[in-house]
Amino acid sequence: MSQENGKEIFIQVNNLKKHFPIFRGVFRRQTGAVKAVDGISFNIYKGETLGLVGESGCGKSTTGRSILQLLKPTDGEVLFRGQDLTQLGQNELRKSRRHMQMIFQDPYASLNPRMTVGNIIGEPLEIHNIGDANSRKERVKELLRIVGLNPYFINRYPHEFSGGQRQRIGVARALATNPDFIVADEPISALDVSIQAQVVNLLDDLKDDLGLTYLFIAHDLSMIRYISDRVAVMYLGKIVELSDKDVIFDHSLHPYTQALLSAIPIPDPEKEAKRQRLILEGGVPSPANPPKACNFHPRCSYATDICSEVDPEFRNMGTESAAHWVACHHAEQFK
Amino acid sequence: MTHLLEVRELVTKFYTEQGVVNAVNGISYTLDEGESIAIVGESGSGKSVGVLSIMGLIPSPPGRVDSGEALFNGRDMIGMDPEELRHIRGREMAMVFQDPMTSLNPVLTVGFQLTESLKLHLGMDDNQAKKRAAEMLDLVGIPNPEGRLSDYPHQFSGGQRQRVMIAMALSCNPSLLIADEPTTALDVTIQAQIVELVKQLQEKLGMAIIWITHDLALVAGMVDKVAVMYAGYIVEQAPVHDLYKKPLHPYTLGLLHSMPKLDATGQERLASIEGLPPDLRQNFQHCPFSPRCPYAIDKCKQENPALMSTGPNRLSACWRWEDLREETGFGVNA
Repeated sequence: MSQENGKEIFIQVNNLKKHFPIFRGVFRRQTGAVKAVDGISFNIYKGETLGLVGESGCGKSTTGRSILQLLKPTDGEVLFRGQDLTQLGQNELRKSRRHMQMIFQDPYASLNPRMTVGNIIGEPLEIHNIGDANSRKERVKELLRIVGLNPYFINRYPHEFSGGQRQRIGVARALATNPDFIVADEPISALDVSIQAQVVNLLDDLKDDLGLTYLFIAHDLSMIRYISDRVAVMYLGKIVELSDKDVIFDHSLHPYTQALLSAIPIPDPEKEAKRQRLILEGGVPSPANPPKACNFHPRCSYATDICSEVDPEFRNMGTESAAHWVACHHAEQFK
Repeated sequence: MTHLLEVRELVTKFYTEQGVVNAVNGISYTLDEGESIAIVGESGSGKSVGVLSIMGLIPSPPGRVDSGEALFNGRDMIGMDPEELRHIRGREMAMVFQDPMTSLNPVLTVGFQLTESLKLHLGMDDNQAKKRAAEMLDLVGIPNPEGRLSDYPHQFSGGQRQRVMIAMALSCNPSLLIADEPTTALDVTIQAQIVELVKQLQEKLGMAIIWITHDLALVAGMVDKVAVMYAGYIVEQAPVHDLYKKPLHPYTLGLLHSMPKLDATGQERLASIEGLPPDLRQNFQHCPFSPRCPYAIDKCKQENPALMSTGPNRLSACWRWEDLREETGFGVNA
């Protein structure tokens, strides 16, 4: 595996695109495409948590799913364990799925209500032909213990559990095949505040204990800062900024990231009163018809002529060892 | 001095086949004209049921307001004649709901939905109502208000729909606006827009606000006082500055600790509140938070504390609030 800044590159995403075609008219001719993910490139290092943030519809979930090949990418490469996942056939892909798993957002919709917890967690083991019936059962019990549930629950159904407990079941299922890469797609946003911290702590512990690598997708920026090592900010199908989390949160060089940060409420009335807010006008444009060049320019208060004419390059404004990738023509002025 | 709204010992229960759910267990609070209160709690804490009871919007059966009073301008809303209630709802007190997608009627134009209440409550004719509706859309920051009256809800974005809901709620100049998680379905940048809008409108129009939310951070910069609910009880109530600086109930403390702070680097582990919220089908003889509470002592497991005065305008339902005050010294600012 190749190295970058002394860190092992675990997953390499090159120019990944996912376009959903739009069909119209009597002959269902393709008249356009929703560019959910439109050419993004980044690396995920071994053992890190890469946080992916953005508003709804920016393509962050599609990115996660395209990396795992749950959605077939339109274009681009995903290099994992020396293979380009986009080129693999069904059987090979299934084999490599052992090593990469997903935790879903909605713990109510992602567990089959007619299966017992034991069957849900044991299913990946069956699919991948790991062990016999007995050892699988033991493994399921072990997994329940790992995620902080009583192994005694093995024959219960999902409806007997609370949201936080269900999410733990989802985590146990993802861990069943001993993967080393997990995409967590908004794993806590359906949970209550007091339960969110429990699940985040669990994910954090598991990462250390089992040596996992996470792609953590969320829209809650304070949670992203807490759990991630590096953060990528997405807007309308593109990554606009990527760097270490503290750099992103304290020295952002992209106007969209800055606006996103200033929109987060702070639980402190005094700080809130003093705060200068940067409120964005309007909503996110449709990814079926994104603005030309820099797709953020219609909402950006720093936009000049060049922003509506030339697509900004995703360039490294940091140093060789502490990279800070930004896609903005005016990034220099925020230094 | 009379309050705009005075809720006294409100009790709401749901009589279901699985048993009686004690959703709201005797909550009391007051709200003056132009004042704003946030009711904060997790799902199932009774924060929404509490205000729906006041509005007479609890589906019955299975729900029922068993006892208590809600005096709005001196008139008790509980058990009020439905006809009379209809005159108050929408006219003097209005509500904005969580999900703007489902609370607007998809087959009627926004203009129709906006003018409906104006004609009903204020007896306006078509032209007056249309003019007023356009003014309201303009007030909530929708461009080209006259033209958009003939549009349908699906032609608006999520944030705009919530603006339409706010315009609708404020169109009859109510003295009380109830906002039930109005930004939960929205993105952060849109949430910031809506919060800013409501703040501005309150300055301009001077209505009182009840803001229901699960997000303690969201209301920090926008209300006068906060009531924290747990298991159908108000467990702490305080002016906004005091609450965040020095929470005097372990649940509030836990909530504030379990939120990662945006401006802190290299934080250690999040302090989570262990365990789960209780089943509301029981009658609490003990403090409902005691099974999850790190400060719980034997007394907490035997006796359910009532709200006690802990300072000027401050209430906490905790036997150990004095110890908490001594011990923690916790403050978000500290």
